[in-house]
Amino acid sequence: MYRIGQRVRVSARPHEGHHRTPGYVKGKIGRVERMHASFTNPETRAYGTDGLPKQPLYLVAFSQRDLWPGYRGRAGDQVYVDVFEHWLEVAE
Amino acid sequence: MSDHEHDHDHSHTPITNGGEPAAAARVRALEELLVEKGVIAREDVRARVDWLVSRTPADGARLVARAWVDPAFKHRLLADARAAALELGLDPGPSPVVVAVENTPAVHHMVVCTLCSCYPKALLGPPPDWYKSTPYRSRAVSDPRGVLSEFGVELEDEVEVRVVDSTADIRYLVVPRRPAGSETTGEEELAALVTRDSMIGVAVPAATAPAAS
Repeated sequence: MYRIGQRVRVSARPHEGHHRTPGYVKGKIGRVERMHASFTNPETRAYGTDGLPKQPLYLVAFSQRDLWPGYRGRAGDQVYVDVFEHWLEVAE
Repeated sequence: MSDHEHDHDHSHTPITNGGEPAAAARVRALEELLVEKGVIAREDVRARVDWLVSRTPADGARLVARAWVDPAFKHRLLADARAAALELGLDPGPSPVVVAVENTPAVHHMVVCTLCSCYPKALLGPPPDWYKSTPYRSRAVSDPRGVLSEFGVELEDEVEVRVVDSTADIRYLVVPRRPAGSETTGEEELAALVTRDSMIGVAVPAATAPAAS
């Protein structure tokens, strides 16, 4: 489990098949904004199983400038992305 | 097929689906198979389509207007949008959790689904085509201020733009800012100011209702 405010890194591991982690946040560091609830795992549910056990889903905040080097907006702009726990790692 | 004499005027051209797009043909084939295998019934498909086309942004607008006039309700809406919708007698839809995010003088939220087209259909109706388009889905996260500008929204520099990418089970609804000049406007008239696009976060409600289109 991760705490609200904790810094986390999204895993950059390769993954064959359906998953809900967008490529643009893989390997990036963000901050846990909230923990929504646990939901069935889309990676197994997509292939005819029940998707159990459920996986905790977090809302993670990323700074735009960490995602896009040439970002044109202001420094404080952010992207909030829902990421399942098994895609998160503790960031130093 | 036809073995009768032809001294009358009718066409023997087979009834086809004409220019049916490939995707539609694929969906139809899938539906046939699922029905044949007993996974779904035709009635389920019809009921689901009926439900979807019966949904409109008017329900989302009622939530927003109530939140504008009743701070305690706004608090409940931001804490649990599903419960707040039920409180107003609205249908929050099947399982996915709805989260309402509030625009303030300091933060402007804008919703996208970069992976597909996740959208709070129960409260906003079917998503507009542009919401499902690749240009919106890719540019909303990388150049939100540019996209907002193309929608006619120019934010002051001090406003933080917060893009929410609904990649999984949560559906997001933006509670836009109440327009200046609407302080004496009643709840029902306020609801008419709340457009679909303002609840996606790509528009800002005006103090007067948009002309009917």
